[in-house]
Amino acid sequence: MYFQFSLSLISAIFIGGIAGYLGSLMITKRMGLVGGPLGHLALPGVALALVYHFNVFLGALLTIIIGGIFIWLLEIRTKASMEALTGLVFATGVSLGFLILPFSDEHQLEEALIGDITQISFGETVLAITLSVLIFLIIKTIYSKLLLAEISEDLAKTEGIQVEKYNFIYLACIAITVALTVKLVGGLLPVALMVIPALTAKNFSRSSFQYSFGSLGFGAISAASGIFLAKFLSLPAGLSIILLNALIFGISILTKKQ
Amino acid sequence: MPKTILKVKNLNVKFGKEKVVRNLSLEVKRGEFLIILGPNGAGKSTLFKSILGLIPSEGQIIWSEKRFPKISYLPERLSQDTFRKLAITVKEFFRFKESSDEKIFSTLETVGLEPKKVLNKNPGNLSSGQFQRMLIAWSLISEPEILFFDEPATGIDIGGEETIYSLLEKFWKDKNLTILLITHDLNVIYKYATNVLCLSKKGICCFGPAKEILTPEVLEKVYGTEVKFYEHKH
Repeated sequence: MYFQFSLSLISAIFIGGIAGYLGSLMITKRMGLVGGPLGHLALPGVALALVYHFNVFLGALLTIIIGGIFIWLLEIRTKASMEALTGLVFATGVSLGFLILPFSDEHQLEEALIGDITQISFGETVLAITLSVLIFLIIKTIYSKLLLAEISEDLAKTEGIQVEKYNFIYLACIAITVALTVKLVGGLLPVALMVIPALTAKNFSRSSFQYSFGSLGFGAISAASGIFLAKFLSLPAGLSIILLNALIFGISILTKKQ
Repeated sequence: MPKTILKVKNLNVKFGKEKVVRNLSLEVKRGEFLIILGPNGAGKSTLFKSILGLIPSEGQIIWSEKRFPKISYLPERLSQDTFRKLAITVKEFFRFKESSDEKIFSTLETVGLEPKKVLNKNPGNLSSGQFQRMLIAWSLISEPEILFFDEPATGIDIGGEETIYSLLEKFWKDKNLTILLITHDLNVIYKYATNVLCLSKKGICCFGPAKEILTPEVLEKVYGTEVKFYEHKH
């Protein structure tokens, strides 16, 4: 029993941490709300995984990537705003997800919507840790380049930064991270896990270093605290994590120096 | 005889169907302080961006050195607002270009900033004068040979007698830089430019030393309206 709890705790810390870290970059690039729709895009994949009994993470990743590519292509073709397209695709995704879900076992509906980290296997934990560390190393390398591109894309390009290439890598990392968070908090709320720790950290940070690692820290801490809270109060882990995230953010606003 | 560092031949740039730069040819000598003047929409920023390869263009852009020279570019609209929205310090901004703390310190000092006072601040929270000095330091830290400045804030008094331009002039002379600068400030042009390039919506209207070229008639042609100016005699 302790072993299962340890697996949940460790995977939550790594997933919460990387979600927060990436979230800080998403907010910097003013893409804070993209995590939400992407999570919803995971739903059909999660539903398919539950119905056909394959790994939920893979199912989530599959439809996030397909949906993401679809949005990308639609944007090039139609030049419609990202928000409009994301809205269109995610609404389709959620509807499809709910169409497929009834074919799975009943208790799995909850897993799809709000996550079920308490059932995570050893293999899945290893996968979560490996991917989190990998994504961390990749994002750490490109973070400052994307930050400069946010200040001025022309400036970044003159400095030899291949902005399009790094943007693509960044989006791929978001897709994988969202798929990971689906395990922790389900398809409805990855945005909370990615964005709220970053918003908290922003209240305390003056430098990019403080901000990015602060977000990582808050993400990991709230995920770990959520797991403990869920265990001792018998609450769903995913929801506990998100409520704790929101609480910590609320405290940060109150204690923030004006 | 100064060598040519950059040649532009028959440059054409289109945005959609609109020709923003038409058949522009230009030669820049090493060590020149070339000022580009003209109304909005004349294609000045577009000229810079096409030379730097940031936007597609037709025509030839020939760098006359055996290797690509070191370039520094300050685009237009690089404002403090942009920085204020981000969590970033002056030090981190310089770290994009330079990893040695010592070099960052000394470069900030050469532009008249006190490193300890500014390094941990957000560039958006500096005074406007400090911000301008910081931008110049940032552009110089990589020891460039040629600078492209697109309307660095005009008329900002960065303290005392000095303006951004007297600071730039100092570096221009000390480091034998080639500077291409877009500005509207005619006083700057008279004081510092070796040559002026006037760009209007119809193309190049003039090219040559400021005192010879900048007559009211030429300026009217460039801006399309009567331009009155008075030279301050000190």
